[in-house]
Formats: sequence, structure tokens, C-alpha cells
Amino acid sequence: MPIYLPIAELSVNLWLLLGLGGAVGYLSGLFGVGGGFLLTPLLIFIGVPPPVAVATSANQVVAASVSAVYAHWRKNNVDFKMGAVLLVGGLIGSSFGAYLFGVLKRIGQLDAVIALSYVLILGFIGSLMMIESIRALRRKPNAPLPARRKRLNDHPFIRALPFKMRFRRSQLYISMLLPVGLGIVVGILAAIMGVGAGFMLVPAMIYLLGMPTAVVVGTSLFQIIFVTANVTILHAITTQTVDVTLALLLLIGSVVGAQYGVRHGARLRGEQIRGLLAALVLIVAVALAIELVVPPEDAYFLEAAPGTTR
Amino acid sequence: MRRRVIILALGLLAVLLWQQAMAQATRNAPRGPAPADAPLITDLSSHLIAITSSFTGTELLLFGAIDEPGEVIVVIRGPVSTAVVRRKRRTLGFWLTRRSESFDGVPGYYAVISTAPLEEIAPQSLLQRLQIGTANLRFRYIGTEPPPDIVEFRNAIARQKIREGLYHELVGGIDFLGPKLFRTEISFPSTVPVGTYQAEVYLVRDDRIVAAQSTPLFIDKQGVEQQIYDFSRAEPAVYGLVAVLLAVFAGWAAAIAFRKG
Repeated sequence: MPIYLPIAELSVNLWLLLGLGGAVGYLSGLFGVGGGFLLTPLLIFIGVPPPVAVATSANQVVAASVSAVYAHWRKNNVDFKMGAVLLVGGLIGSSFGAYLFGVLKRIGQLDAVIALSYVLILGFIGSLMMIESIRALRRKPNAPLPARRKRLNDHPFIRALPFKMRFRRSQLYISMLLPVGLGIVVGILAAIMGVGAGFMLVPAMIYLLGMPTAVVVGTSLFQIIFVTANVTILHAITTQTVDVTLALLLLIGSVVGAQYGVRHGARLRGEQIRGLLAALVLIVAVALAIELVVPPEDAYFLEAAPGTTR
Repeated sequence: MRRRVIILALGLLAVLLWQQAMAQATRNAPRGPAPADAPLITDLSSHLIAITSSFTGTELLLFGAIDEPGEVIVVIRGPVSTAVVRRKRRTLGFWLTRRSESFDGVPGYYAVISTAPLEEIAPQSLLQRLQIGTANLRFRYIGTEPPPDIVEFRNAIARQKIREGLYHELVGGIDFLGPKLFRTEISFPSTVPVGTYQAEVYLVRDDRIVAAQSTPLFIDKQGVEQQIYDFSRAEPAVYGLVAVLLAVFAGWAAAIAFRKG
């Protein structure tokens, strides 16, 4: 059953969109990521113009994250204080990222920056996560845990940072500059790549902030809701590429999928979840890298300047 | 579908009756040159294409009659806009955009249907002047001094539009029913831009245009699609806020539904 998308200005099969939303929603619930890093490339693949794909993915990620965070909140797995501090950085970063998006678009380097940041960031994070989880999975289940590895948050420089704050739920006493800085970086990525950047936030919260794994997923989802909401509104105003029809169809599938994802995620061990997420991130990175490295069919491509029709 | 057939039948019937009347009139009239005011009459099966939620592209019927045998060219031009052509080059192993050039006067849709290959029907100068054929479209370079390789960027425009099904040239796509009546179908993909179109029909004989007719055609979004589009343009901030609230509500509703279920 085909349906016409008013902002993307093309017709797409309804069941394809529902299925796509469901699959991405399931993974977002399972891994505690927004799923934007999968959704944006998939939408571009089925023919949605890239700016519409980026802006609409952000909108869809809001719904998927609300749906998933609810289940984590019920289990008391959200550190709201940490989420709020991350959010301060996230709002600064995403606003700056939206501005950068406009500048890059004007000088014609937006596509290159989107593609390269996907490949480099996903490739880097995916590899790190993969190495870590393979190591963890190789340990025999009964073997004693190795001595706690030195995490980054133990570094003397990080310990010396001012503005220390107590995060009761995460059992941490760290400088608030760390989560704010992390929020800024992730916020910039959110605006440029149309993602919540949970795939980056989750490992950073574990290794950089030293948060317990149990609260990481819920807390990252909590702050992603607000960052992607900010990105959606900024894109609606500046690039006018948020397709509400497309977002609604995707989120119907994804909110349902996210529920199943959260349930299944509870049955898996932390190392298994991280290993699967790493594999997924690497697959996307490699697929996008191939697209960048293989010579294009036509080296020239056309881009209609928005808002100039008529 | 049935309505389209009826419209087509009625249209053809009207043209036929008109032809009969004209033939009667000319037969009764004293012998002399054929009436110069009507060597070509054409019309479209519809002058408005409404884009609704079930729109997957459409086909329009263009029909008409000519007074004496000749070659017919049908040209459909969509609304013009600015287009940016970007060129990718291998950079550090990656194919990245290295240069961009902008052009004005690029139709969002363009179709040419003719009874014979264009270059056999009309001289090149004529085709160029009237911008008939995708190779003869004049895209205006935006900038002060066009670089020497600008033609490569210019050629890329039609190439991509053809790939997307938005530009096409069709030789022999005009069916004649007898010596005078003709009809042709024009197809529009679902990605067709909205706006005002022109359907032009040329009657060519001996390298000269004997008659030409131009009819407007409107493509517009209708119903909910129109309202959503207008809302997103008129009140972008409110639109963004509504989009976010919808997402929050949907996510929350699903979470509640699954908790109880």
C-alpha cells in the first residue's frame, strides 16, 4: 500500500515504513540507543532525500527513546541528575551542531561531513566496543573477574577537575565538566548525523564517567529524548525538512518494536549486548565506507536548492 | 480508471464531431485555403493533478487533431528552479564532493514526445531556440565567469533527471487514429514537483512550425498532504513542536499499552 510523504515529496510503501520502524525500534530498545544511526542511512537508501532523512530520524528517535526510557524508569534505571547535567551540554552542542549543519550545507560539504563522520566515528567506536566485548566474552563464566581495569575516570587529571558533584544513583562523585563536555560532543553529532548518538554515549558513560552499566542505558535514553527534540525543532525551523507523516509511520512501528527490544535486552548479559551492538555499528560503518570508497556510477550529482521552486 | 476512459472517450468524440463539422463546413465552403486559425487543436484529459496520500505518480492523456499530415512534437515543462551540481573526486581514498556549480532555469520535470526523431523533424536552430529536447535546455550558470569545464556540470543535470524519471524523450510515442487524430500519454512519477506546468504541442512541416498550442497544467498537493506542507512552511516552530509532542505521546502511549498488556 503506497503512501505519499508531503515533505519528502515521494511515495513509499506503507508496510515497508512500518517494518523499518519496527526493526529499528527493536534494536533501540535492546541496546539503549536511539537507532538513528541505522534509520538515517536506511531512509536515504529507500530514496528519501538526505536532509529529510536526518531531520525525520531525529523526530522518530524522540518517540523510540520515550517508549524505551519508560521501561527503564520503572526499574529505577535512570539517573535523572546525571541525565540533566548531560542535557545541559547536549542542548548547547545540538544547537551549535544545527548551526554547523547550515554552514556546511551552504559551502557544499555537508554530504562529505555526514558520510565521513559516520564512517570514522562508527568505525572507531565499533572497533573499541568489539575488542572489549570479545575479551569479556572469552572469560570463562566461573573464572574470577580480573582486577578492575583502570578506567579513564581514574586518571589523575580527570580527578583534579573542579565543580565536583555527587550522583547518588550512579554512585559517583565526579566533576560536572565531564558529563557537560560529553553532552556537547554528542549534541553536535546528533544535529549533523540525525542520531541520538547513544552508540557513542553509552560506552563513554561507562569508560569515561565510570557509571554502572545498569543505569547507563536508561540515562542515555533520557537525555537523548531532549537532544533529539531540540534537533527536530531546529530542523523544522531552519531546513524545514521534518516529514511528520514519515515520522509518524516510522514511530508506530518503532515504539512497538522498542518494547520487545527492552524485554529481550533484560535477558542478555551486558557483554553480550555490547558485543551485538558493536557488530551492528561496525556493519553500518563498513557499508557506508564501501559506498564512499567504491567509485560512484556518476561522479556528478544534482541537488535541488530548497525553497526555490516556483 | 473508468472515469479516465469515459473522459478520454468523450474528448475523442468531441474532437471527432468537431472534425466532422469542420469537414462539412470546408466541403460546403467555396474552395480555398484551409482555415488558417485551426491547423492544430489539442487538449489534456485533465488540467489538474492532485497529489493526495495515495499518489504514486500518474498518467495524463493529451489528444488533438491536425488539419493535414505533419510531424507532431509534444513538450511538457515543469516549474523551473535553481539546482546545484556537485562533483565527487577521490580524496584520500574516499569519493568526496570537491566542487559545486549552480544553475538557474532548471525545470523540475521535462518531457518531449514526438512522431519522429527531433533532428529529422526540425533544424537544430529551431530546437535550440524553443528549448525542445533535453540537450537543448538552457540552464543559466549562476556566477560571474563560467569555468572551462562547466559543460560537464551542465550535462550532469539532464543525466540525473533522466535517471530519476523526471526528464524523458520519447520518439514515436504519439498514436494516430486515422490521418488527423492523435493521442499520447504523459507519465509523471511520484517525485514530480508541484507547480504550474506548460503542455506545448507543435505541428511541424518542412522544417517549419506551422502551428503551436500551449495549455497550462497544475500539479498540487491536496487534502491532508497540502495542510501538512502549508503548516510546515507557515509556522515552522509550531510544526516542529507538534512533531515532537506527537512523538512523545506515541512513545508514552506505547509504553503504557505494553505495561498493561
